[in-house]
Amino acid sequence: MASETSQATLHSSVSDVAAGGAAHASHGPTGLLRWLVTTNHKEIGSLYLIFSLVMLFIGGSMALVIRAELFQPGMQYVQPEFFNQMTTMHGLIMVFGAIMPAFVGLANWMIPMQIGAPDMALPRLNNFSFWLLPVAFGILLSTLFMEGGGPNFGWTFYAPLSTTFAPPSTSFFIMSIHLAGISSILGAINIIATILNLRTPGMRLMDMSLFVWTWLITAFLLIAVMPVLAGVVTMMLMDINFGTSFFDAAGGGDPVLFQHLFWFFGHPEVYIMILPAFGIVSLIVPTFARKRLFGYASMVYATASIALLSFVVWAHHMFTVGLPLTAELFFMYSTMLIAVPTGVKVFNWIATLFRGSITFEVPMLFALGFIVMFTIGGLSGVMLAIVPADFQYHDTYFVVAHFHYVLVPGALFAIMAAVYFWLPKWTGHYASETLGKWHFWLSVIGVNLTFFPMHFSGLAGMPRRIPDYALQFADFNMISSIGGFLFGFSQLIFVWVVIKAVRGGRKAPAKAWEGAEGLEWTVPSPAPLHTFDTPPAYDPQTDSPSRH
Amino acid sequence: MGRILYAYLYAASICLIVLSTTAQASSINTSSGFNMPPGVTEISREVYSLHMTILWICVAIAVVVFGVMFYSLIVYRKSKGAKPAHFHENTTVEIIWTAVPLVILVLMAVPATATLKKMYDTSDAELDVLVTGYQWRWRYEYLEEDVSFFSNLATPREQIYEAEEKGDFYLVEVDEPMVVPTGVKVRLLLTANDVIHSWWVPDLAVKKDAIPGFINETWFKVDEPGIYRGQCAELCGRDHAFMPIEVKAVSPDEYQLWLASRREAAEAEVAGADREWSLDELMERGAGTYNTYCAACHQPQGQGLPPMFPALAGVGMSVDPDGLRAHKEIVLYGKTGTAMPAFGSTLSAAELAAVITYERNAWGNDTGDLIQPSAIRAMLESQ
Ligand code: HEM
Ligand SMILES: [Cu+2]
Ligand SMILES: [Cu+2]
Repeated sequence: MASETSQATLHSSVSDVAAGGAAHASHGPTGLLRWLVTTNHKEIGSLYLIFSLVMLFIGGSMALVIRAELFQPGMQYVQPEFFNQMTTMHGLIMVFGAIMPAFVGLANWMIPMQIGAPDMALPRLNNFSFWLLPVAFGILLSTLFMEGGGPNFGWTFYAPLSTTFAPPSTSFFIMSIHLAGISSILGAINIIATILNLRTPGMRLMDMSLFVWTWLITAFLLIAVMPVLAGVVTMMLMDINFGTSFFDAAGGGDPVLFQHLFWFFGHPEVYIMILPAFGIVSLIVPTFARKRLFGYASMVYATASIALLSFVVWAHHMFTVGLPLTAELFFMYSTMLIAVPTGVKVFNWIATLFRGSITFEVPMLFALGFIVMFTIGGLSGVMLAIVPADFQYHDTYFVVAHFHYVLVPGALFAIMAAVYFWLPKWTGHYASETLGKWHFWLSVIGVNLTFFPMHFSGLAGMPRRIPDYALQFADFNMISSIGGFLFGFSQLIFVWVVIKAVRGGRKAPAKAWEGAEGLEWTVPSPAPLHTFDTPPAYDPQTDSPSRH
Repeated sequence: MGRILYAYLYAASICLIVLSTTAQASSINTSSGFNMPPGVTEISREVYSLHMTILWICVAIAVVVFGVMFYSLIVYRKSKGAKPAHFHENTTVEIIWTAVPLVILVLMAVPATATLKKMYDTSDAELDVLVTGYQWRWRYEYLEEDVSFFSNLATPREQIYEAEEKGDFYLVEVDEPMVVPTGVKVRLLLTANDVIHSWWVPDLAVKKDAIPGFINETWFKVDEPGIYRGQCAELCGRDHAFMPIEVKAVSPDEYQLWLASRREAAEAEVAGADREWSLDELMERGAGTYNTYCAACHQPQGQGLPPMFPALAGVGMSVDPDGLRAHKEIVLYGKTGTAMPAFGSTLSAAELAAVITYERNAWGNDTGDLIQPSAIRAMLESQ
């Protein structure tokens, strides 16, 4: 337990590093170099967010290549081997390049401001974590131009398709996963160190905002599972280059071992992409319902139990690999169990809305869209947990529909909601309500046109990851493709909204939203480069989201 | 607020319109076009009814949850003068909404467990078929019957590349279907030769991974004669979309006739290796074999897809006068550590001789080498 004095010392030493070691007025290098060496949490947060947006568009263009090819049966635009590279790269880029860095960017911006800290606990490490990412994804994208093409074995890269039968560029893919993984682990360490050490005196753990809470738990998940991913890609590297046979049955290895290791990482990974989203929605809903969050404590416990349970459900991705009956039953029951705390969260949000005083600003629209469509994805998740039915759903478009509902109108909508919510704090200007509403409604229509029909094509028997399909699936695919293009192009509105808000717009006061609570709303808008150089006063009796 | 509702209703109605139109489209399985196929086995019908049960439970949960949500969104609008209440926890409701879902889940788990146990019971099977996944075809071996064969995609390339009208069973038709007798419990033993594949026939509610070096088990029993179509479900490389499955269920008598005809064909194939073949004969046979088994990787014109799949036209051992021995060996024994399989144990001596002759003389390779099936047979026997 750090005493209040040692916390105050940490506080000032961190703010010194963050200010480049000098007094706060001078800022060392200028221009591009400044962004390269910055140790300021707000600037690094912006770097993460911009990087993530760029990746969203690169990964999105690949999705549109996929949807164009699937618009009609038959091969029209690309060859199967390129199609496979597109599905693989799309998944990898969206997961590791778009969604995860966006949440880290939000954490960078908001965690110090929400806990009254001057910066992240380890500012230089913070800079390093970010700059690993452009290198990692530069390498990953460069594989597309190598002989034999880029990774073509799916974002889940099952061995031996990804080892013995993989293109030569696979070692570069492994390198990029390592770099992205190191970045995530360092980022997670930084977030934990910040949250545990730099809270303003008086703020207990159970006084933290849910965004901070969900990120704290997410950071522990990251530290627990990213090394497993690093391990599994290293084993691949050895199989490919050094003659080992971890995943090669001919040498005494086991391809199924790969899947166990991958999903031991992979399932917690999907929660890494959704827990911070839960935190965001748990801030926005009370703000625009003008009513305290229902069940603060149960939200924290639900998050923690989801995180714990996420370590014992991994084999629900492997129901068809031939696990013994008892294992199938265990993983079926544990997976069903994880729906309970997930349900608790949804019920708490709805209880928060109940008897509130609700308005529908753009952040709220995205948060409400999140609740509805994430729930749809959660319900199909429950269906997927039922093993005999999963035999029919597995590796079909039904699964594709499921995880896109939880990830696009789920995780991505939460990120959008967060941007609209905090843009006034970041830029000092509100985002355009009109454009924001266009963005929201076009996205909602686009996302549902794209992904809802996938439930049907999957149930009717369409496997995933195929460039061409039987005639029976033609209509649903055409609708999905139209929806996909609508959704993709709607995101240009978002870019325009953000650029506009950076350049000007309606001025925001310190407390940008009537119902907002939390320390970030006590600093001016836009937030100055350095905030909370001295820890702010904090009284749990009046300031805590869990006060009575 | 009305606009939110309106948009959702709008989206829902689009989906309904789509449903009603696709319901008429020709179906490759017993699916209505937008739902899981009920299938043709006792198990598949059980899985279907399990699916419908959980689907309706989920729909009911969604209606309740979204009902309360949209009620709140409509009634407690600030613009309608709603004043926020001050409650923020309630232990009783929190216990209820933890317990009720638990009970619902248990209700789903009970029938799921029962069905799963049946699906796992492979005992007392009357027929064992070894199913092997290859990049990109299936091979069936009837273990007690001494019958085995490859099953390849039958849809012509021209249909895939838009040069011809697509047929009704586009991409879900094969050259040699797996034939099974009705009313018999068939046990499948699944494995793979290269990467992981997954054998899936929706109408049988069977999906099981075929994993190199391991053997998985599953079973089905079809009551009605008919053709049941499926596809590989696990991404297995370039032509993953092009390795369909066709199960043809026939009466036990017809099945015996089929077995006899397969054996006869196999004997004729073996006998073919006894005689001398002419270059033209070998080239013609070789072209067919090449296009079925080799062209997916080495490409129809032998240009390959380097660096993964080497070219055969104009380069390497196929044109090297001293490369004949190496050429035969790589086709017969494969090359470990690459995608090149060993065809020696799966193709006939005539097919092997023909395809090697073809590769050495097609696309301007013109080595003039003519390989007799008897030579291949001698090579295989000496192993
Ligand atoms: C109620 C909660 C959930 C349950 C019960 C659940 C269950 C499942 C199951 C059983 C599968 C495997 C399906 C198959 O391959 O046959 C699956 C796949 C998947 N789920 Fe969920 N899920 C839930 C929530 C989530 C959330 C919150 C996310 C992410 C934000 C997520 C992301 C995914 C992804 C990415 C896959 C597919 C991975 C792949 O094969 O590429 N799920 N889910
Ligand atoms: Cu999972
Ligand atoms: Cu496949």
